[in-house]
Amino acid sequence: MATSETADSRRSETAAEHLGVRDLTMAYGSFVLQRGLDFSVNRGDVFIIMGGSGCGKSTLLRHMIGLKEPAQGEVFYDGESFTRASDDRRNEILRSVGVTYQTGGLWSSMTLAENVSVPLGEYTDLTPAEMREVSALKLALVGLRGFEDYYPSQISGGMQKRAGLARAIALDPSVLFFDEPSAGLDPISSHLLDQLILQLRDSLGATVVIVTHELASIFAIGNNSVFLDAKSRTMIAHGDPKYLREHAESPDVRAFLNRGSAPED
Amino acid sequence: MSPEGEQTPQRELGVSQEPGGELRVRLSGDWYLRHGLPPLEAVRQALADQPDTRRIAFATEGVTGWDSSIVTFARQVAELCPDKVEVDISGLPEGARGLYELAEAVPEREGARSDEKGPSFLEQIGLATLALRDGAVDMVAFVGEVSVAMGQLLRGRARFRRVDLGLMLQHSGADALPIVTLISLLVGLILAFVGAVQLEQFGAAVYVADLVAIAMTREMGAMMTAIVMAGRTGAAFAAQLGSMKVNQEIDALRTMGISPLEYLVLPRMLALSLMMPLLCIYADLVGIIGGAVIGIGMLDVAPTTYIQHTIEATTFTNLFGGIFKASVYGVLVALSGCLRGMQSGDSASAVGDATTAAVVTSIVLIICTSGLFAVLFYILDI
Repeated sequence: MATSETADSRRSETAAEHLGVRDLTMAYGSFVLQRGLDFSVNRGDVFIIMGGSGCGKSTLLRHMIGLKEPAQGEVFYDGESFTRASDDRRNEILRSVGVTYQTGGLWSSMTLAENVSVPLGEYTDLTPAEMREVSALKLALVGLRGFEDYYPSQISGGMQKRAGLARAIALDPSVLFFDEPSAGLDPISSHLLDQLILQLRDSLGATVVIVTHELASIFAIGNNSVFLDAKSRTMIAHGDPKYLREHAESPDVRAFLNRGSAPED
Repeated sequence: MSPEGEQTPQRELGVSQEPGGELRVRLSGDWYLRHGLPPLEAVRQALADQPDTRRIAFATEGVTGWDSSIVTFARQVAELCPDKVEVDISGLPEGARGLYELAEAVPEREGARSDEKGPSFLEQIGLATLALRDGAVDMVAFVGEVSVAMGQLLRGRARFRRVDLGLMLQHSGADALPIVTLISLLVGLILAFVGAVQLEQFGAAVYVADLVAIAMTREMGAMMTAIVMAGRTGAAFAAQLGSMKVNQEIDALRTMGISPLEYLVLPRMLALSLMMPLLCIYADLVGIIGGAVIGIGMLDVAPTTYIQHTIEATTFTNLFGGIFKASVYGVLVALSGCLRGMQSGDSASAVGDATTAAVVTSIVLIICTSGLFAVLFYILDI
C-alpha cells in the first residue's frame, strides 16, 4: 500500500528488511533441491533470484508466496513468520502481495477487466462501476488501454503477461513477485516491461522480487540478488548483480553474469 | 450533496473556486480502495455550476494515506471535464502523479475498443440457424475424415502408437466394468420388479425371466451401456483432445505431418467400438442376474425353470440385435467425443463447453438412433 507513511519510512531506513528467508531447505519428497538459503530482501529493492535452468528459482518463488511448504526453515514478511502463520493470517499477508505468473495465469473465461476486478470484488466495497474504473486504470498502467473487454485468448502472449501484471497490482500490493517476466518477449517489449516494473516500484512504493535469467534485465533493474547453484544445491552469491559481475567469489557466478566468459582473476 | 460535502471525519473532499476560472479539488485524510472511490458528485456539480471553468487542479496536502483510488478519481475527473478544461495534476502526491502519467503514457490502440452491439433477436435466430448448418457440415466432414483415416488403417498405413490403443482399450473397457456392473444390475432388478407386479396378477410370474432377458439383450443392455460410456468415456475423449488443443499438442502433431485424426482420434474410435459390444454382452449378463435375484429370490420361481425361460428368450436375433446396436452406439459416442474435442476452443472454459457438448451430442444421437432401430426392427420383423 503506497501510503506516504511507508514511503517516508522507506527513505529513513533504507536497509529495512521487508522479506526474509531463513535457513530454507526446499525439497520434492526426499530430493533436496536447495538447502541453507538465507537472505533478506529490503524495502524498495528490485531483488533478482537468478541461477541456471532447473536450479529451483521458480520453486523458491513458490515457497515465498506459500504455494509450497519449506522442508525446513522459514519465510518472513516484515519480520513476521509467514511459514508459521495460520491460514487466515497468511491470506491477510498475501493481500499485500501481487504475483505475475510465467504465462499470465489469467482466468480464461473472464475478460481482462473481469480478471482485474476479481480481487477488487473480494477485498473492497467498490461498486461494479467503480471496479470497472479501477480495472481500466490498472490496464492503462500496463499499456492495455481499451482492451478491457477482450478475453485472454484474444490477445498476444506479451499482452497476457502485462494483463497478468495489471491483475497483480489490482490491490496496490507492497510486494510484487514476477516469475520470468521477460521469457517469450521480444527485446523491446522486455525492455518496456523492465521500465514498467521500475515505474510501478517507484509509484506504488513496492518491493519487487523477480525470477529471471535474462542478463539484460538483471543489470538494468536489479539492485540486489541471490544466485542459486544447481551443483552445490545452495546459494553461492548474494548482493548487487552489477557488483557480483566483477567481484563474485565464485567463478560460476561471474561466468553466468558475463555470459560464460568469466574474467580471469 | 453540497460541494463541501463531508464523508467521514477522517476523509474529506471539497471543491472550491479559485480566481482565473480554476476549480480546486481538495482531498484530505485516508483514501484507500477498500473504502471506495472518492465521490465524483461534488466535482460534477461544481463543473455544472461554473460552465466557464478553465482549469481544474488538485490539492492533496492533507492526504495521509492513498492508493490507486486517488489516481482513479483523478482520471474520472479528467474524463468528466469538457475538452477546453485543463487538468493540472501537479497537486497529486508524487507516486500518484507517476501512476497517472504512466496510465496516460500509452495511447489507446486504434480500433482496440469494439463498439459492436450484440445482434438483434432476428439476427440471433439467423446466426443460430447458420451455426446449426455449420455444425452439421462439420460433423459430416469429420465423419469423412475419420473414414479416410479408417481406410488408411485398413491398408495398414495409419500412424498411431500401439501403446495408446492399449491404454484406450483399458480405459474404455476394463476400467468401465464397475459402473456398468452397477447400472445393469439395477436395471435388471427394476425390470424384474416392474414386470413382477403385472405378471403376478395373471399368475404368470415365471415370465419375468423372459421379460428381463428380452429387454436386457434387445434394448436396455446396449442403451444403458452407451449412456454410461457417453458420460464416462465420451466426455473424457472431448476433455483430453480439448486440452491437447489448448496446449498446442495438436498443432505440434500437424506440423510434423502426422494427422491428429490418425494419431489421436483413431485409437479412441477403435477402442470404444471394440469394447462397446463386449461391455454390452457383459451388461446383458449382469442385468439377467439382477432379474434372477428378484425372480428366484422373491417370486419363488424355481431356478431351473427361470434359467430355462431365460435361455429360450435369449434368442440369437435378440442377442445380436443388441450387440449390433451397441457397436453403433459405440461409434457414435466415440465420434461425438472426438468431434467436440477437436472442435474445442483454446481456453479452459472452452474445454468444459466441449465436454458438455460431447455428452449432449452422444446422448441425443443414442436416443434418436435407438428410435430409428425400433422402427427398422419392427418393419423388418426382427
